Amino acid sequence: MSIRITKLSVLLLSAALCLPAAAEAQENGQFIPVVSYRTGPYAPNGIPWADGIVDYLELVNQRDGGINGVKILYEECETGYATDRGVECYERLKNKGPTGAAFINPLSTGITFALTEKTLVDKIPLITAGFGRSESRDGSVFPWNFPLIGTYWTAADVAIQHIAKELGGTDKLNGRKIVLLYHDSPFGKEPMPVLEVLAKKHGFQLTMIPVTSPGVEQKSQWLQIRQLRPDYVVMWGWGVMNPTAIQEAANVNFPRDKMIGFWFAGAEPDVVPAGAQAVGYKALMLQHGAGRARVHDDLDKYVYGKGLGKAKPADTGGVLFNRGMVGVMLGIEGIRTAMAKYGNKPMTGEQVRWGIEHLALDEKRIKELGFEGMISPVKISCADHEGTRTSRIQQWDGKSWNIISDWYTADEAMLAPLLKEAAARYAKEKGITPRDCSKES
Amino acid sequence: MLGIDPTKIAFFAEVLVSGLLSGVLYALVALGFVLIFKASGVFNFAQGAMVLVAGLALVRAFGWLEASMPFWLALPLAIIFAGAVMTGIAWAVERFVLRKLVNQTALTLFMATIGISFVLEGLGQQIFGAQVYKLDLGLPRDNLFALESLFDGGILLNKLDLWSAVLAAVLVAALVIFFQKTRMGRALRAVADDHSAAQSVGIPLTRVWFVVWTVAGLVAIAAASIWGSKVGVQFSLVFVSLKALPVIILGGLTSIPGAIVGGLLIGAGEKLAEVYLGPSVGGGIEQWFAYVVALVVLLVRPQGLFGDRIIERI
Amino acid sequence: MFYREAGHFKDNYRADMATFPIREDRIGIITLLLIALVAIPLVHLAGIPPFAGDYFFNAILIPFLILAMAAIGLNLLAGYCGQISLGAGAFMGVGAYAAYNIAIRIPEMPLVLTFLLAGAVSALAGLAFGFPSLRIKGLYLAVATLAAQFFLDWAFLRMAWITNYSPSGSVSAPPLVFAGWHADTPVERYLVVLVFTIVVAWGASNLVRGNLGRQWMAIRDMDIAAEIIGIRPIQSKLTAFAISSFVLGLAGALWAFANLRSWEPYAFSIDRSFQLLFIVIIGGLGSIIGCFLGAAFILLLPLIVDAVPRWLSIPVPAGAGSNITLVVFGALILLTLIFEPHGLARIWGIAKHKLRRWPFPY
Repeated sequence: MSIRITKLSVLLLSAALCLPAAAEAQENGQFIPVVSYRTGPYAPNGIPWADGIVDYLELVNQRDGGINGVKILYEECETGYATDRGVECYERLKNKGPTGAAFINPLSTGITFALTEKTLVDKIPLITAGFGRSESRDGSVFPWNFPLIGTYWTAADVAIQHIAKELGGTDKLNGRKIVLLYHDSPFGKEPMPVLEVLAKKHGFQLTMIPVTSPGVEQKSQWLQIRQLRPDYVVMWGWGVMNPTAIQEAANVNFPRDKMIGFWFAGAEPDVVPAGAQAVGYKALMLQHGAGRARVHDDLDKYVYGKGLGKAKPADTGGVLFNRGMVGVMLGIEGIRTAMAKYGNKPMTGEQVRWGIEHLALDEKRIKELGFEGMISPVKISCADHEGTRTSRIQQWDGKSWNIISDWYTADEAMLAPLLKEAAARYAKEKGITPRDCSKES
Repeated sequence: MLGIDPTKIAFFAEVLVSGLLSGVLYALVALGFVLIFKASGVFNFAQGAMVLVAGLALVRAFGWLEASMPFWLALPLAIIFAGAVMTGIAWAVERFVLRKLVNQTALTLFMATIGISFVLEGLGQQIFGAQVYKLDLGLPRDNLFALESLFDGGILLNKLDLWSAVLAAVLVAALVIFFQKTRMGRALRAVADDHSAAQSVGIPLTRVWFVVWTVAGLVAIAAASIWGSKVGVQFSLVFVSLKALPVIILGGLTSIPGAIVGGLLIGAGEKLAEVYLGPSVGGGIEQWFAYVVALVVLLVRPQGLFGDRIIERI
Repeated sequence: MFYREAGHFKDNYRADMATFPIREDRIGIITLLLIALVAIPLVHLAGIPPFAGDYFFNAILIPFLILAMAAIGLNLLAGYCGQISLGAGAFMGVGAYAAYNIAIRIPEMPLVLTFLLAGAVSALAGLAFGFPSLRIKGLYLAVATLAAQFFLDWAFLRMAWITNYSPSGSVSAPPLVFAGWHADTPVERYLVVLVFTIVVAWGASNLVRGNLGRQWMAIRDMDIAAEIIGIRPIQSKLTAFAISSFVLGLAGALWAFANLRSWEPYAFSIDRSFQLLFIVIIGGLGSIIGCFLGAAFILLLPLIVDAVPRWLSIPVPAGAGSNITLVVFGALILLTLIFEPHGLARIWGIAKHKLRRWPFPY
């Protein structure tokens, strides 16, 4: 009997939860969910990232009146970087708008893993620009995953390439010591297979040291590094782990310019708290870094000029803010590509998937969009859901990030077999028959 | 020395000293727990959230004040502001939560403090912002080498760590004096011994609770400034409290010396374990190692090293 | 209100000992089961909101049922035997990874058996970490159980065979198949979870009425006194740990297989443990119904607090919204504890009591 009341209350509550949603007037437009985290341990990184996304969506609405005239509807949902809350957000938002969610960009590797199978069933593209699972680049096995413009594996290879260049050639890697200091989670473990292959190939000694999440205390890790005296430390950190690591590196006199952070360890919240200790610290760039391009002027004019901006105007050129903009821009361009085929109306997830898979941005188009200098040309295909495998390195001078290298391109000859193996393994585990990419149009 | 490589001894000493320095900080956070537990029987899980709020209040006020006045004036004012915030929290907690939960089980009180920590985290982030804020209290950050005459190359130490440890040690000493020598301290100890007996001789229970939560708030300010100087003031300061949990059960929930000795033991133990045992099992063991050390001690002494003996009567 | 509990005369011992001795209660529970097992899926098929889409099943009903089941597991230990554990989430993790390993290594094994074995593995882990409880008590034990939490968290990340050498350490569950029946849609998964939950709830409510349950409660109320009257603390404390962990492991396996489908160790972190402890305490220590009430409270409250401004069309900036949710959630927990420290189950009991006499105050 009591259980009945429980159930009853659950039913009533749920009715209350869902009715207003149903009662909302169905506005015509393209719905894009924004799954973000503005609270919790990763909020310092999540806030600028989410700001970039929302501001760019608003910009497209304010400046262009939507995508080819189709207004963008969006709703933000807070995950606190927790996987189960991310899944709840996804379930709540996936059917919103006239055609459902166009794509989802979960801003977290954990949520990406949880959604990989769900998006397959719901037919919603999963955009993970710069994060997610690396093998999902293989579109024949992962038709709905788009780890656009750089995976963890690309990043790992570029980091080693840069080290080789600083040392004066790939042959100089032989006998060197490189430490991978990683966030102890699937996110931090992603680069390991590539680094292991590279260590074997180039003959450097790779030591992998985990930092237990969240990483406010890293004395023992850095003492180990001090004992080991490595030539370089590659750091796969996120959140508070990064400033702590820089501070501890200073404590053991490890030169900061021998530290190369992953691109999620290369934004302002990672270096600012460490103050002067962070000077010289290097990080990978996910195509773009900090700085302003023409699109920022548009933002000032159309969004911040009207008082619609989310961030402080001074923060709009930040690394993570730009990352938010670039990620959502690629999704929107995917929708635009789909519209070229299916007409200027709200696209379904399936149509958007086709659009992203046929997305091609050349220098000219990137310039038109105002992203000149922020990304290199992107071409997505069925076999390659990443689009481009290039990156640069930036260095913190105490006030701003400066680009210190040319574009590196990840070594496809080395990555391709690894990727094939990982994707095949996943396909076998899940009983997926890969699509034949040569037959896709 | 029996053919042992002196650099190895130096490294061992370095690990040990770093561990002890961390341990002093753990002891500081643990003290916040012990104070409140002693006086009100509450296992205060909100200590972490208090560290966060204290840090945010301090850093925001400091940043704002520094723009208009010199450093030496801005810093004390910011500390006073943070102190006022923590006092306000102590008052609210005593008035709206503790007073209503008198005579509840320890577990209910424990859960209530988790509720408090949600409220504090939400309010703190809402009022002061959820970004990361740089905190520079003017403490030196450079390194120095000690005992160079003894070991080749000496032991590497960081001044920030040293200063933090000194600061923590001074605070710990001050608290011990406060507890042992002052009138209020005696009242606190009386309440800790027996609530109702203390009340019957005229010690105002509610005031004692208020004071003890305020003191815990001040300890939180100290912990926040030390950790905040290292990693920036941000949400993750909440997790600092998790580091203090093994310390307090190791030392004993009711013992101030226990918190200090426990902090040093855990600090040194976990660093040595991570550096010397960690690599053979893949690393990342220090978090659970601290708990396992505490567990082993508890198996021998169920009340912790210095805790009050648990006497059970039927 | 609707019926009186008087006038039920039992003429044999068996009827007196029935799980639901009152006929109206039996009718009530059967109606409830029919609603849950038949009506909800039918309403879903008919496409009537809120049951039409997947949201209600995926985001509310399935997590609710599994969390309630896990809370029953924790409640057996914390509520009935009085041993507070802060490591409940880790034991769910043990169940999840055990089920995963059994399922991929012995694919022929029927899934029900896999889940039960996963529960058994978790029970063994619970036994191992339960030993300190023989010596350590109260809050000391609570903090000491964190050793289990952190050690197991570490093991999931570090011992590669647990995740079948997956490079990133995150795994995904094999399909949910029972004797050829694929439970793929949310409603099917809901039914699977529901059946397990019913069995566990029924089993637990009988267990606590029996010899073992009474032993546990004696230990909880005063272990020395219990020992003197002839209850063996070793035996009863360890069985409590084992059975509690069994249920938690089963819930963890379902959480992984029916809810998350693919997961990383963080899914069973200390946050999960605290969530479960909250459910048990808000719901009511030592109450099976409380587990359901508590799970509904903890799961739905943030969603509702979050949704209220949306219904009222009050624009709230995204960051502020989640902070406010956190504050309101914390405040409501405090209010519940202050208003009724014995949890929702007690409130429910009081409400029943008052309604029985309604409209006449007694």
